[in-house]
Amino acid sequence: MTEPVSRKPGHESEKIVAAGLEDTTVVAGLELEVRSQWSYARRRFLRHRLAMTGLILLIIVFGAGLFANFIAPYSYEQIDLNNILAPPTTFGHHFFGTDEIGRDYFSRVIYGIRTSEEVGVFVAVVSSFIGLIVGAIAGYYGGWIDNLLMRITDLVLTLPALAILLTAAALLGSGNQWRVSIILALFFWTTLARIVRGVFLSLREKEYVEAAKAAGSGDARIMFRHILPNTLGPIIVNGTLAVATAILVEAALSFLGFGIKPPTPSLGSLVVSGQTNPQKWWLTIFPGLTIVLIVLCINFIGDGLRDALDPTQRRIRA
Amino acid sequence: MPEPILSIRNLAVEFKTEDGIVHAVDDITYDVFPGETLGIVGESGSGKSVSTLSILGLIPQPPGRIAGGEAIFKGQDLLKLKKRELRRIRGDEVAMIFQDPMTSLNPVLRVGFQLGEAIKTHYPKERDGAVKERVIELLRIVGVPNPETRYDQYPHEFSGGMRQRAMIAMSIANSPSLLIADEPTTALDVTIQAQVLQVMKRVQEETHAATILITHDLGIVAELCERVLVMYAGRIVESGDVHTIFRKPRHPYTIGLMDSLPRLTEDEEWLHPIPGQPPSLINRPSGCAFHPRCFLSQGRAACLDEVPSLREIDGAGHSSACHYAEELRDRPSRFGAPVQAGGAQ
Repeated sequence: MTEPVSRKPGHESEKIVAAGLEDTTVVAGLELEVRSQWSYARRRFLRHRLAMTGLILLIIVFGAGLFANFIAPYSYEQIDLNNILAPPTTFGHHFFGTDEIGRDYFSRVIYGIRTSEEVGVFVAVVSSFIGLIVGAIAGYYGGWIDNLLMRITDLVLTLPALAILLTAAALLGSGNQWRVSIILALFFWTTLARIVRGVFLSLREKEYVEAAKAAGSGDARIMFRHILPNTLGPIIVNGTLAVATAILVEAALSFLGFGIKPPTPSLGSLVVSGQTNPQKWWLTIFPGLTIVLIVLCINFIGDGLRDALDPTQRRIRA
Repeated sequence: MPEPILSIRNLAVEFKTEDGIVHAVDDITYDVFPGETLGIVGESGSGKSVSTLSILGLIPQPPGRIAGGEAIFKGQDLLKLKKRELRRIRGDEVAMIFQDPMTSLNPVLRVGFQLGEAIKTHYPKERDGAVKERVIELLRIVGVPNPETRYDQYPHEFSGGMRQRAMIAMSIANSPSLLIADEPTTALDVTIQAQVLQVMKRVQEETHAATILITHDLGIVAELCERVLVMYAGRIVESGDVHTIFRKPRHPYTIGLMDSLPRLTEDEEWLHPIPGQPPSLINRPSGCAFHPRCFLSQGRAACLDEVPSLREIDGAGHSSACHYAEELRDRPSRFGAPVQAGGAQ
């Protein structure tokens, strides 16, 4: 580093400069609270009733899934031959009843939540990452790079995801949740790539980007340190909603029998067990309601985040 | 004469547009000497910004293209450097201050972080603590009060003048030897302009950086600069030290500029603009680009046919690109009577 600039003591112009000071932080002893956009967003989110309700419920449901081995009274494979197709009861702690081979349904639903949340979070993280990189590069560089990447994105968007997933599952056989997740992630990045590209396209023309360039920053530094923080809002919202979509698609796949291999429970495959025993309502209702609850909560949170992270909105919802 | 820190030779910059090629900068040559402040004045579109942005590789290419010339900075031609080498110079040896402080700071990053970035880009191994100390020191130099508090604030918590101070702090972060200020006060209101000019003066006294000040405000030039280039339609039409330019301008365009300023001392109903419109840079007028608006030309053939070259007149580094500059010798200037050749200091 070069020599620091020395300050001449008692500099003449300092007085002139000091005379023109307008200092907003200390005005007659009144301290103004320093607030970042993030703290505004946090406040707006915390005041968003629906989103907060969703968040609390989701924490409970996901918490149950995460700590399934402590919360579930039984293992998901444990068979109780004395209670086959037992209705929901507190007897023997079968709160959600048992299935056709006497496995505790409450435990299976809780382990199913764990599978679903693993799929949802994994897909959201991986697909957001891919989408972010693709969108950032396309939007920042523009030109033929943009064209190429966006045509690839269009191509992926036109592919019928479910059909391909079914084919893949049929070819590879149903696997564990990670394989399903990776395949899902390879389809889910497109929306985010387009969003991020759009934001980068407009932000790369901003003067602070030019200023960063003039300060000698390289492309990667400009993309990820200067522009990226401006796009976090849409990325977070989209990522949240991706969790819900991934859980739904995984449930659909498992429902069709091409998702996660039994005996690992997944909410989708649990719903199926109700098909064979239509009159045993608990087999369908509990996993089904759990899916609805999770997806609903996530969507509420997503809406709340969208409102909270919208910089044009200063109003704090009461 | 000392060695110039930056020598621009025959620089030409073009932009390709749908209507044709815009010759934004056409064959300009000038030197910047260590420690001096060089003003570049001219109306919008006269190529004053492009002439400096292009040497730092900051014009978009395409559509922009550097059509020729060289820019020797400390012995190396900036126009021949690779992107990476140029990047190492930008923000370190040569720094820029931009026009609009409201948009030149990233709204989502703390001011202190952004200033630190300017240092860490070039000195990534610097300790965080040292960088922070340096940033606070910089904020203090440019007269930002409570730099410790301000360090953690966001740009929206800064007023316009404070932001421009922060931008100036950013530009001097690595003690550059050449500072390019592209209309640093245009976006600010007049009282803040005065403060920012004070800051710039002070920063210059302390850093001893050579400064190129791009502006269309002749008042700022008179205030800050030692030498002036007047640009018109992508060419330099007059250059000289600031006193000479103001007291005995020798180009009809410069004279027109001076006359267009409103006078406070006289009761005037009308301004005195230069007649006509700035020329199109795609189809530039033949000969001297200024001839359609010139009071001196009066349709003389040389003005229409020959491109006047910048030539020294009256000695003392005073040059004018007018075929008939000598005819202006006895014309009284608005800013005091003509003085002895060499200008008064």
